[in-house]
Amino acid sequence: MTSSADAHGNGDAHGNGDVHGNGDVHDDAVVRDQPPEGRMWDRAFSFWLTNYRRVWRGTVISSILTPLFFLTAMGVGLGVLVDEASPAGVQGVEYIMFLAPGILVAQAMQTAVFESTYPVMGAIKWQRQYHAMLAAPLGIADVVIGHLVFVAMRVTISSATFLAIAVAFGAIESWWALLALPVAVLTGLAFAACVFAFAARQENDGGFNMLFRFIVMPMFLFSGTFFPVEQLPLALEMVAMVTPLWHAVELSRGLALETMTVLPALGHVAYLLLWVAAGFALTLVNFRKRLVI
Amino acid sequence: MVLRQDGTQADDRPLISAHALTKRFGDFTAVDGIDVEVRRGEAFGFLGPNGAGKSSTMRMIGCVSPPTGGTLRILGLDPATDGPRIRGRLGVVPQKDTLDEELTVRENILVYGRYFGLSRAVVRERADELLEFAQLTERASSIVEPLSGGMKRRLTIARALVNNPEVLLLDEPTTGLDPQARHVLWDRLFRLKRSGVTLVLTTHYMDEAEQLCDRLVVMDGGKIVAEGSPRQLIAEYSTREVLELRFGEDDHGAYEPKVADLASRVEVLPDRLLLYVSDGDAASKTVHDRGLAPLSMLVRRSTLEDVFLHLTGRTLID
Repeated sequence: MTSSADAHGNGDAHGNGDVHGNGDVHDDAVVRDQPPEGRMWDRAFSFWLTNYRRVWRGTVISSILTPLFFLTAMGVGLGVLVDEASPAGVQGVEYIMFLAPGILVAQAMQTAVFESTYPVMGAIKWQRQYHAMLAAPLGIADVVIGHLVFVAMRVTISSATFLAIAVAFGAIESWWALLALPVAVLTGLAFAACVFAFAARQENDGGFNMLFRFIVMPMFLFSGTFFPVEQLPLALEMVAMVTPLWHAVELSRGLALETMTVLPALGHVAYLLLWVAAGFALTLVNFRKRLVI
Repeated sequence: MVLRQDGTQADDRPLISAHALTKRFGDFTAVDGIDVEVRRGEAFGFLGPNGAGKSSTMRMIGCVSPPTGGTLRILGLDPATDGPRIRGRLGVVPQKDTLDEELTVRENILVYGRYFGLSRAVVRERADELLEFAQLTERASSIVEPLSGGMKRRLTIARALVNNPEVLLLDEPTTGLDPQARHVLWDRLFRLKRSGVTLVLTTHYMDEAEQLCDRLVVMDGGKIVAEGSPRQLIAEYSTREVLELRFGEDDHGAYEPKVADLASRVEVLPDRLLLYVSDGDAASKTVHDRGLAPLSMLVRRSTLEDVFLHLTGRTLID
């Protein structure tokens, strides 16, 4: 119990105003002491949640349709050709079974990147919600964590939807695939943390187009989502193996196909965590530079 | 003096005190070593042209911009170490609205209340009172985006009051509003002041400063160039009255020597002469007696605007 409530509760300074101290809301109902920076992130998260209530229907529809489209076009359409051409399967399984766990994390990446570009820039420049938070007791760490947790929530919902639909398609069969869900969320966080740092330095959305065209799209195509990276020339294969998405795809696929062993799994998780940590640290620096001036 | 248990001190200490407060952005010095004290319950104004350093000062007081130098204490606390605690007791109306335009009027208050750690039940109750106060009850469930500038401004003020702040910081609260909207806003601010909230505001409107401020400082180029109540400032930096003379010619400068001895100061403008005098009627009679025949003569009270222009010059600052 702190003393601040009674220190303020004397009420003498507030008199009998229209909105101040008129007795309807007692002063001691107003929290005066604030926890240290970084422990108030739930308040920022609460804003993003309120904001999400306006648009959640659209996002749910798109997270149902996207896997439907992908699994139908790639799995059923293209997959039939692939399976006819190589009866032994891709890495020993039907193409759709090879593909689904890859798309799961690639989709997590795309959702996370999108949620970390325009919304971050908007909260800095357009609607300026970050500024409103920082004028209240929240600090930079609260603002960043609250928003990242929201992005993680979005990725969780869309990845869980994807997983359910993939199971319905028969594209995923193993119970181990349930562990691919936290992998997808971790993947989302790795990308979100880095893109937050990037978005905080942008003056306009030109940079986002470059990001989507020259980083996200190539990663989506060449990080083992659609075909094993061993198909690539050695130099490109090396590049692919450095991307966080390749590690996510390997992990997710290894779980879904029950081919993953403990040590490589830990290695992939550690690598993704490294990206989360580095991105988060850089985001704190960039947000501070941009917002605390 | 009562020392409170949480380290802050009771009412006889200034609520805000700044000494040699400085803010630099690279080589540019926005605020250049100002000393300011704001007491509990007063309405205090920072008056100055664009670029004078008002907003930078306000952002430092709001604990969102760390000072480059000097000392700053707000509610007896140091922003460098107690930022969140101080901000929890301030209300901030920034120059640029930070409303969420896609949310409703009420949602904006609810969300903002949560930033202060208020429970949902408390914020809901508070929101009703504040909407009433801001005359927005009927628009409670409207989306913010299409509202008028005056309504958005009132919402920003209502939102800033959600935590029952001891100090309300207002950065150019009525810039860009039409006269009706400004008067409604002033009326709300008067009520707040009467209920004991300390107001700290910046403005470049003289009428606003005269209407609202008990005490103000005039800033120019990052420094404080004058300080006092509006009345004191007029007494100190201007004369009681101003006599305006218009002649039907392009060069009003030619008339200056003929009237210079009548006034403590004469200002030559393209379309008129301003004579700063204690007795405007007496001066106008002398002008007449000297056979000068201006097209028009106007005697008026000195205003804060005369003080302001005298102190900060008439040159346009961009």
